[in-house]
Amino acid sequence: MGDFAAASRAAVELLASGDPKLLEIVALSLQVSLSAALIASVIGLPLGAALAVSRFPGRRTLVVVTNALMGLPPVVVGLVVYLLLSRAGPLGELGLLFTPQAMVIAQSILVLPIVVALTRQAAEDAWAEYRDLLHSLGAAPLRSAVTLLWDIRHSLLTTVLAGFGRAAAEVGAVMIVGGNIDGVTRVMTTAIALETSKGDLPLALGLGTVLISVVVAVNAVAYLLREAAMRRYG
Amino acid sequence: MVLTAAFQSALVVGLAATLTTATVIAAEPPAERYITVASTTSTENSGLFGHILPLFEERTGIKVRVVALGTGQALDVGRRGDADVVFVHDRAAEERFVAEGHGVDRRDVMYNDFVLVGPRLDPAGVAGMSDITAALRAIRDASAPFVSRGDRSGTHAAELRLWQEAGVDIGTVEGSWYRQTGAGMGASLNTAAAMDAYLLSDRGTWIAFRNRDDLAILVEGDDRLFNQYGVMMVNPERHPQVKRADAQAFMDWLVSPEGQAAIAAYRIDGDQLFFPDATT
Repeated sequence: MGDFAAASRAAVELLASGDPKLLEIVALSLQVSLSAALIASVIGLPLGAALAVSRFPGRRTLVVVTNALMGLPPVVVGLVVYLLLSRAGPLGELGLLFTPQAMVIAQSILVLPIVVALTRQAAEDAWAEYRDLLHSLGAAPLRSAVTLLWDIRHSLLTTVLAGFGRAAAEVGAVMIVGGNIDGVTRVMTTAIALETSKGDLPLALGLGTVLISVVVAVNAVAYLLREAAMRRYG
Repeated sequence: MVLTAAFQSALVVGLAATLTTATVIAAEPPAERYITVASTTSTENSGLFGHILPLFEERTGIKVRVVALGTGQALDVGRRGDADVVFVHDRAAEERFVAEGHGVDRRDVMYNDFVLVGPRLDPAGVAGMSDITAALRAIRDASAPFVSRGDRSGTHAAELRLWQEAGVDIGTVEGSWYRQTGAGMGASLNTAAAMDAYLLSDRGTWIAFRNRDDLAILVEGDDRLFNQYGVMMVNPERHPQVKRADAQAFMDWLVSPEGQAAIAAYRIDGDQLFFPDATT
């Protein structure tokens, strides 16, 4: 119990201190993971809807594969992106390794299957309900996909938040492609891993508490925005 | 009215999201002057870099970005051209790195020593021994739990060398007493603390380590526990993107009287962690 008491104290002290270094780390975490969730959504939402309304050979295989990729191991994604971005790799010229950009790329890859799979499921359920209506209106597949996305927009928020949660929580990918460089690529999860390896367990757990609070805050804001939007648009 | 407000808030949210992405993705690479140093967990975790790098940055205006890895991994990063400077502690591997043309201009910077850490209860009875190889044999004979880094780090290389000198063929060890974590120094210390195991640690990480639990230094002072740190530049002939001048400035500073004094001045609770020994 002493450990947890010490950790709660550490968390409170961290938050109360308003330590600029901590704020910087929290800001970078948010920046990287929100960007990854956004990029994955821009690509994944249309893909998921398209997958829901289209019929082609191999579609079922693709659905299974997308679902499976939700469990992509972050450390593997990190390693692949590392090899791609390394100076010795095909994209080495860009000089992106050990930068926040590299971290966004890795996390976008991690989040994309989650967005595609969850969107596909939600859109498919709605499709079952509206298919006949949309057919009778003579809507083309593209038009149908857009209509479906709009119709399920409220549940898509949860999809995007699931993607963000995945990104904000992972350490394996950002550790490898970011390098946990102080002041440049250190985010909450890599800072927690670092303090754990220094044996400062209360500080590590305190940072963990801060991370969870930040994720809760993001979700609360999203929820409030959604409520406001529903009140206004119905 | 309501609709306008809704549109406005949607616009603000959308704009904020776009801006976030824009700053992260499309941002100009930071204009600051920096070099990337691949180094070891022992120098980072012990807090040495946090102490000396601000001094160097103040003197030269060059920021140093440290990626802390095991020595083997740090050398790999250098080999791939992903760092400008490598700062590690495994002389044999470093000399191979230079001989193979991956690095140039290797220099000794500082040393400390390894210590054999273990549970105070000391089931193998090694406390106070002055011969590290005898201590390792005693641990083997007692089949007492021993945690190995198992990660090609400098400390792992030193440990394997010591087992060899002790005449123990650790590669063929049977049984569960010899456990490889494949993790960094701090993570391995956490593991050893949790299972009351022996392990070899560099003194710097040990002094800075907070979760010691029941562990204590049991064997120290044997000449074979010497731990030399060296710095070298990634070969700019092979990797043209290496920031030659700034990397050189960093290496020169480390071995200069000022850099050496900064290293010697780093202490935790009065204990000096690293001892400068540059020859220039």
